[in-house]
Amino acid sequence: MSTVEFRGFGWRHAGRKAWAIRHLDLRIEHGERVLLLGASGAGKSTLLAALAGLLAEDSGEQEGEVLVDGRDARRQRNTTGIVFQDPQTQLVMSRAGDDVAFGLENRGVPRAEIWPRVDAALSAVGFPYDRARSTAALSGGEQQRLAIAGVIALRPGLLLLDEPTANLDPEGAQLVRTAIAKVIQDLDATLVLVEHRVDEALPLVDRTVVIGDDPDAVWSPGAPLPARRAVTAPGEALLTAERLALPHTAAVVDEEVRAGQALAVEGPNGAGKTTLALLLGGLTKPRAGRVTASAALAGRDAGRPPHRWRARSLATRIGSVFQNPEHQFVTDTVRAELALGGASEATVDHLLQRLYLDRLALANPFTLSGGEQRRLSVATALAAAPRVLVLDEPTFGQDLRTWRELVTLLADLRDEGRALVLVTHDPQLVAAIGDRRLELRR
Amino acid sequence: MNGTWLGRRDAVAKLLAALLVTAAVVTTLDPAASLTVIGVLLVLLPFTGLGLGTLWRRGWPILVSAAGIFGFTVLLGAQDSPVVAHVAGLDVRENAVGYALRLLAVGLPGFVVFATIDPTDLADSLVAHLRVPPRFAIGALAALRLAPLLAGEYQLIRLARRARGTKAGPFSTLFGLLVAAIRRGIRLATAMEARGFDRGEPRTIARDTRFGWMDALVVALGLTLAVAVIMLKFART
Amino acid sequence: MQTRWRTVDIVVASIIAVAFAGVFYAWNNLWNALESFALPWRAVIYGVWLIPAVLGPLVIRKPGAGLYTELVAATVSALFGSAWGLTVVVSGLVQGIGGEFGFAATGYRGYKLVNALVAGALSGVGAALFDLSVYYGDTFTAGQKWTYAALVVASGAIVAGGGSWALQRALSRTGVLDRFPSGRERVAV
Repeated sequence: MSTVEFRGFGWRHAGRKAWAIRHLDLRIEHGERVLLLGASGAGKSTLLAALAGLLAEDSGEQEGEVLVDGRDARRQRNTTGIVFQDPQTQLVMSRAGDDVAFGLENRGVPRAEIWPRVDAALSAVGFPYDRARSTAALSGGEQQRLAIAGVIALRPGLLLLDEPTANLDPEGAQLVRTAIAKVIQDLDATLVLVEHRVDEALPLVDRTVVIGDDPDAVWSPGAPLPARRAVTAPGEALLTAERLALPHTAAVVDEEVRAGQALAVEGPNGAGKTTLALLLGGLTKPRAGRVTASAALAGRDAGRPPHRWRARSLATRIGSVFQNPEHQFVTDTVRAELALGGASEATVDHLLQRLYLDRLALANPFTLSGGEQRRLSVATALAAAPRVLVLDEPTFGQDLRTWRELVTLLADLRDEGRALVLVTHDPQLVAAIGDRRLELRR
Repeated sequence: MNGTWLGRRDAVAKLLAALLVTAAVVTTLDPAASLTVIGVLLVLLPFTGLGLGTLWRRGWPILVSAAGIFGFTVLLGAQDSPVVAHVAGLDVRENAVGYALRLLAVGLPGFVVFATIDPTDLADSLVAHLRVPPRFAIGALAALRLAPLLAGEYQLIRLARRARGTKAGPFSTLFGLLVAAIRRGIRLATAMEARGFDRGEPRTIARDTRFGWMDALVVALGLTLAVAVIMLKFART
Repeated sequence: MQTRWRTVDIVVASIIAVAFAGVFYAWNNLWNALESFALPWRAVIYGVWLIPAVLGPLVIRKPGAGLYTELVAATVSALFGSAWGLTVVVSGLVQGIGGEFGFAATGYRGYKLVNALVAGALSGVGAALFDLSVYYGDTFTAGQKWTYAALVVASGAIVAGGGSWALQRALSRTGVLDRFPSGRERVAV
């Protein structure tokens, strides 16, 4: 069990003007279990990286100290284990057992000792398969549990978890939380956890620490959330899905996307939510069944399905916002992104203001923070003024402030008469603006 | 990898055998030499766990290339080679047959070898037997694991561009893919370091990397075939 | 200048190699499609294969980057299924060495456009030498061989050299290269 101490700690990443975190004084004792909260961009991930000794001296500027067991964190990497939020990019090997063994190999543990420790770690997290299982064939929840196994096989004294359930569906998230609870019973470790879903993380910890000077942005249990269900009846059906087949499931989808209504599409990962979003967005061709657009929506392309429309026409009728905003960036500056489809100067300026992007107008889109990127991708979809907007996980990774802003914006768009399709795991989003729900099953 | 005899042999042994055969074949255009190699490989095919179906599905580019170079040489190649057959009013010369068969004889060992080598075993074997620095072998292996993910991202990026209303060409999509790939690479590298990858102290290998007499046998087989090819070449000139 | 490769150097060079191995898969098919038409002239598109040999050093800026990135790209493309079997690995080695020379000549200190062009051209020289001796020894006349070599070297310089340089600068502007010296050139945001 390790102690942690930050003394006047600050860190600035190379190439940035602003400090990621500054003037931090914090002490965590042996065996404490701490939940770290704060606004997006408050520096929580930087903080965990500092504890894990992963902030290389040449990658930025440091003030103060970060100590684990009284020594600089970089020298204590052996006793620290960290689990990141993206399941895919922290697994190293293609077979599950080999991945858990990876850390042990790095430590020079003799071969005879490796496999018993691997097996023990796998059973400690409740991993449901054997060692030869391909890591690519695992669900997000299984991958995260495997990642945890890889870390605890090294018996760390300090266990750090950076939003381990962020990318998972509710079912996977629950399994991972159960695994964490089980693991910290058996392991004698100090725990520092960063999570946005506060309600579910609280049972795992005995202390919460809020970072940054923006307490309003922090999700706290019982914080009031906007309730913006539609007040007028929905208008005409702009898109209709008829007997639409989705991969991995026998069920077909029959659904209408109506003007002035927000349709929430829910379900576990792998049930086909993203596929449905792509189909409704006119981006892929259905294998069976069809998507038809109303005459009002299709304009000159009446009678043709959306996936056969020219890209430029499609963007003016159905806008899509992808889960990873970076996939949609094609230009060098925020302003150019918004102007791409031929939107007028006035429209561009209006959007910049409405989404709080004006001071970033000349920045490269890839340099924006996660929350800013998401707002930008919503803005670019809006620039072409489409009547239908399909959004895949729009509230992912948002702190309370940006969440509220986004929900208000989406509600306003819906009240203007647009149709929204929201593919989401976020039950609070559905509660706030979901007018109609579609549940997909595997 | 697959559980066949060949699948279980050491990766470097298989690679070395295939390299020897390929090197020998590359020195000659003699159709007989190429045919020998192709014949031997087809005979060994059942031992590799690869069916003819898989061979077709994954190896068709090789056949297409061979057909391509055959056609080109028949139509436009040098005219000083002996005519072997007369088809549809065209003279099929020995050099056309030689090129086509050699392409197959060069492509097949490589194909078979990679179809029976598991990347993890290859990395282990390179580190254990050829003293390749483990940081490079495992680093490359970890990046390779991300290949299917990158393919998926490529598709998404392509669709995302359609959603933006631009029919942007492959360059724009490739750029987006490179950015996404580098980002993933940096996160992966961080995760690997977090698990002690770059400690500068000797690593152990969890899997078995013994080089037994059966592995040496594979190398010997490759060497024999290579020598046979060279001897055939000299015998027929 | 630090010459030891960090983990992030190794992994990112490898992933650039893997990404290009995927590009090669598509490009190989194009190359073979052109086979029946214009054997020496298809060398114009050759430069794409040489990009890793130049882009690797431009991003990583450490000795061995050209050789490593090109070799890994070639090996992985053989893994994906290549008509040239294992010879593509040796190709990659020779091409990578060519690219490496381009940067070694300045003691690994010059990474401007001119360095990229030279490295691309040298990589093309390696490629042309290998191809002409291994594949096209008997097919081409002397004149055709010179045409092929000239085209490959030019393609190497322009596509691999100039293209990689432009690519690295565009990547740097996105901030994705901030962990590398090649990314530090951009203005603080």
